[in-house]
Amino acid sequence: MKYLDEYRDAVLANDLIKQICAMTTQRWVLMDVCGGQTHNLVRSGIETALQDALEIIHGPGCPVCVTPSQVIDFAITLSQRPNTILASFGDMLRVPGSHESMLTARSAGGDIRAVYSPIDALKLAIENPSKEIVFLAVGFETTAPATALALLQAEREGIQNFSIIPAHVRVQPAMEAIVQSTDNRVQAFLAAGHVCTITGYQSLESFSQTSRTPIVVTGFEPIDLLDGILHSVRLLEANEVRVVNRYARNVQRDGNVSALQTVESVYEVGDRSWRGFGNIPSGALVLREDWKHYDASEKFAAYIPAQIPDDQRCRAADVMAGRIKPMECAAFGRDCTPESPLGAPMVSSEGACAAYARFQTTLITPLDRPE
Amino acid sequence: MHDPPTPACPIDIGPTDTVQLAHGEGGRLMRQLIEHRIAPLLSLDRNGLQLDAAVLGRLDGETVVTTDSFVVSPLFFPGGDIGSLAVHGTINDLAMSGATPKHLTLALILEEGFSLQTLDRILNSIAAAANHCGVSVIAGDTKVVPRGAADRIFINTTGIGVLQGEPQMRPDRIEPGDQIIVTGPIGKHGLAVLSARENFEFEPAPESDSAPLHQPAQDLRNQLGMDLHAMRDATRGGIAAVLHEWAEASGQTMWIDAAKIPVAANTRAIAELLGIDPLFVANEGTFLVAVHPDRRETALNCLRSHAVSAQCCDIGHVQPRDVSAVLIRRGIGVDQPLDEPSGAMLPRIC
Repeated sequence: MKYLDEYRDAVLANDLIKQICAMTTQRWVLMDVCGGQTHNLVRSGIETALQDALEIIHGPGCPVCVTPSQVIDFAITLSQRPNTILASFGDMLRVPGSHESMLTARSAGGDIRAVYSPIDALKLAIENPSKEIVFLAVGFETTAPATALALLQAEREGIQNFSIIPAHVRVQPAMEAIVQSTDNRVQAFLAAGHVCTITGYQSLESFSQTSRTPIVVTGFEPIDLLDGILHSVRLLEANEVRVVNRYARNVQRDGNVSALQTVESVYEVGDRSWRGFGNIPSGALVLREDWKHYDASEKFAAYIPAQIPDDQRCRAADVMAGRIKPMECAAFGRDCTPESPLGAPMVSSEGACAAYARFQTTLITPLDRPE
Repeated sequence: MHDPPTPACPIDIGPTDTVQLAHGEGGRLMRQLIEHRIAPLLSLDRNGLQLDAAVLGRLDGETVVTTDSFVVSPLFFPGGDIGSLAVHGTINDLAMSGATPKHLTLALILEEGFSLQTLDRILNSIAAAANHCGVSVIAGDTKVVPRGAADRIFINTTGIGVLQGEPQMRPDRIEPGDQIIVTGPIGKHGLAVLSARENFEFEPAPESDSAPLHQPAQDLRNQLGMDLHAMRDATRGGIAAVLHEWAEASGQTMWIDAAKIPVAANTRAIAELLGIDPLFVANEGTFLVAVHPDRRETALNCLRSHAVSAQCCDIGHVQPRDVSAVLIRRGIGVDQPLDEPSGAMLPRIC
């Protein structure tokens, strides 16, 4: 398949692995920012293949994981309201809130629907004029344009029975928080290719300079990831600090201007608590004042539940900030499994703990094993 | 103990184009439904209908029985429908045990208001599939539940087959060295149903692989005898679920090579788009075979001679038990554990 097979070529991959191993003079610590990258690194075996040459730690780029449990509790409470349909992305439904997940709430009678796009949630509102449709809008900058489009369409068509729980977050402030923390170990970032497709990487350039951290905009397929790692190591070995775009087939320096304008017409930068991180300054997209009538937390303010602390056994915060690897958490694989998760990273298809639980090999096979 | 008297319906319901509760209440409408719609379509013997149970003649061999219920939504999808699926699914369960399918029973649970025309379509499809497989429908039951108590139509079929000789395929007979063969491209059924349900409108629409497997299964059994160690249709949970079952039953490790597993181009494109791994997606006309390594070519040639398994491939082998139950070699050449399917297929969000 075009644009896939060439990025999964085994011969090229092994050549890149050899180049990376030959180039490293010390065990650099790289952080992949996006959960999609984490999964592919672990699933394809790249992390195993490179483990002697460098360390890859996994960043906060799982939007489902950083959505506070209070937001999930709020969504569940709304789904139990008469004549209300709660819609969200499928991945969100299995994430535990403070008592239960939306999937459990659905089996108990809440009207909760998985949708593939915010526009599908809006369609539900059009098809069910006597019901309130609430869309739990999670995601980074990648999904925010689609939510903005749904709101613009709702406004244009005068649809009153539609609102969103705004939970969109911004990646770069989280990267900034990680390098500013006293126990930061990150020496270079593999920036999230899909977020950069929307945002571009202009703002990463000044961040890279001020934090003295090289950043390589990286894709998701095995060859993309190895190429991103190779360029990160090259920058580190040469002691060069800059941003390199290695996902040029999708990412331009200015990003997707039209998508950014769409987002800006509805959202502004604001603060919101991240699950596991607490408040990240400028870490969220919040609805502009004249769009607040679509904000479910204003429309249904009376339903907002009290905040309940997350399970103390879960070290999701340390995992997402790259302080520990999933298996260093005492609960990993014991109290916390994909079937019975304590925290969001064990559930989401982008969660680091789920990646290790699913794909991490306990058997290390040498790459040059003769066939 | 006496049943309370049923009040007679004061109004004649007359001809109707939807299923009524009265269709399931043992009266005239129910008799009409069975005698005029169900029985002729399924070539049921009218005399047999007078009894509540069918009498089977003596079967020539060990009797094998299986039962399965079908609740698929949507009812019609590219490559099949709930009717043909209810026949194929049960026949395949018999076939995987090595039995020759002989008879089916058919139980329908209908939701009040269900279209009789749609029921006819489904019954026609059941009849066509059963004829094609050479099985007869020997007994049945019809219930109607109030609107909302079921989703349109649920079907249960029980299959009866005969087994010549001793049962020989059992997953605990799988041993190190065995070759693992898949009989065709994987993941088609699950993605066809998912795409139809969610109106994804892919072009071309993915088609289910729903098909009866008794012919290649019997042929394999005849040609390989004791060298055929296990067969299993890869339904819910896909081939990943079967490999885990086999690893558990045999106490060995199943090793497969991702590059050798056949996946149709559109299946792959859709799976990539939705973030779903075809290894975990249901099939309804594809099975896995474990054979003695010396008989791999015989098995492949035998499977190739049947249209339904013409695209078979060997995808891996059995090795002595290691830490992982199932290992998969992915693109860059590293062996990774393949996890066990858990929960529903949910697409990633970005």
